[in-house]
Amino acid sequence: MDINIQDLTHAYNSQVTALKGVNLRIPRGDCLAIIGENGAGKTTLAKQINGLLKPSQGVVNIGEHTTAELSPAKIARFVGYAFQNPDQQLFASKVVDEVRFGPVNLGYSSQEVTTFTEQALAAVGLEDQTEKHPYDLHLADRKLLSLAAVLAMRTPIVIFDEPTTGQDALHIQKIGAIIQQLKAQGRTVITISHDLDFCAAYFERVVVLRRGEVIADGPAAEVLMQVDLLATAAVKPPQLVRLALGLGWDHFAGTPEDFMQALQNK
Amino acid sequence: MTKTIAHLTDFSFSYAGSGTKAIQEINLAIKEGELIGVIGPSGAGKSTLGYALSGFIPHFFTGDLSGNQQLFGQETSQTPLSELAGRTGMVVQNPFNQISGARYTVREEVAFGLENLGTDRKLMDKRVNETLERFKLASLRDRSPYELSGGQQQRLALASILAMEPDLLILDEPTSQLDPAGAEEVFESVHTLTETSSTTVVLISHKLEWLAEVADRILVLVAGRIRGQGPPREILTQPDLEPWGIGSTQYTRAARLASSAADTSQPALPVTLDQAVGFFKPWI
Repeated sequence: MDINIQDLTHAYNSQVTALKGVNLRIPRGDCLAIIGENGAGKTTLAKQINGLLKPSQGVVNIGEHTTAELSPAKIARFVGYAFQNPDQQLFASKVVDEVRFGPVNLGYSSQEVTTFTEQALAAVGLEDQTEKHPYDLHLADRKLLSLAAVLAMRTPIVIFDEPTTGQDALHIQKIGAIIQQLKAQGRTVITISHDLDFCAAYFERVVVLRRGEVIADGPAAEVLMQVDLLATAAVKPPQLVRLALGLGWDHFAGTPEDFMQALQNK
Repeated sequence: MTKTIAHLTDFSFSYAGSGTKAIQEINLAIKEGELIGVIGPSGAGKSTLGYALSGFIPHFFTGDLSGNQQLFGQETSQTPLSELAGRTGMVVQNPFNQISGARYTVREEVAFGLENLGTDRKLMDKRVNETLERFKLASLRDRSPYELSGGQQQRLALASILAMEPDLLILDEPTSQLDPAGAEEVFESVHTLTETSSTTVVLISHKLEWLAEVADRILVLVAGRIRGQGPPREILTQPDLEPWGIGSTQYTRAARLASSAADTSQPALPVTLDQAVGFFKPWI
């Protein structure tokens, strides 16, 4: 299911235009990170894709569907969205019920709901916390719970808004493993992130937004090397890019392992 | 001799209704003007330590407490919260929870703490205006705090606390919602604050690269206990940080791989960009 965004403009009111003439084609199975400064329009773009917002101008197509013509509930069948702030998303009184809610509403059988829920909770490591109240979890775990709630819906497209915020290294690895698993399943993964080391390690394509416009779109290995362009969007390159450039070496490495391998082959 | 601002001795705490200790047997002395980075996996007790150092424990969060807890040379439990409020300030992890909700505009939100401390009107206006400028909130001064983006709300949460000019500032993941440039500005302004004043800062963060640059001392908290403390390079290169879930900077990780691949002995592992460039120069 491809995402096709044409000439998308979104104005919140007469003074605030969050997106201006955005064109993006995201083929099925793409693994894409959207980066840029606060207020660049990243979350607005994500909410356009999942239909929470409708275009002021332009069109957003998900496969053969046009988001302007569908309710967010219908779009939720194809697009799962984990909010930046998990507390805007969580409402059930038990962890397990929070995760079950999505697949139940998508009409899956009770056996499927149970399986999807168990697998999603195991993927984020919350399988032992099923009976807890979501607000008895730490913020980092509430964030993981909001990801599990999206995973359980088995949508072909998933959007994670700042998934690594407040997470320790172990949890970031866990989220990375989830992304790799989703990629292997051929699902489209979109993240919004300020964590450039995370983007470099797990995402092949990077889109840079600045003041509502796309200023770069391409392979991570190319976009994340453009230090001057990134600076105009308040983005600092990943640590390994800064290290390579500090050594006068024009090489992109997404992970320390890639960095060392390239260094040894140099 | 530098004054000790905060002192915890054999300090343990469990929240009311919880059977487990969130932090235990903590022995920690914080000197005036220090910038201490606190690291640890999720659930290690970092925020609880922040609450103990700010006086929220025992004045706001109740529970079972043992050991000794002193702030500014006085027993915390014996010092009224109103007195502590003027001297300690804490920015909590989730900025959405920090906004008071008691005021209608960004400007009023920044002034709220100062009003409660009974600050003189003229001084209050001056401090509010300076703080709004410093945190790039001046153009948003008449907006509702709830209309702001996550990053803007985080700036507001920081501004509201810093306007009160606390002697001891506790920042719990203060840049989680900020873009990298915004995060850098916050870290730099906090660093400048400790360089140019006697303000003491406890900075709880997963951003190891930044702590490596700015902290005088790093404290490692795992399962409620202090498992190490010392200078950034010494602490942040310890191999135990990986299994504890804290991780390392990308510089340290790459250098660790290089060290294990090298036949000859390698210099100390790096934690900052400059150190990493020095480490890898011979490889290029």
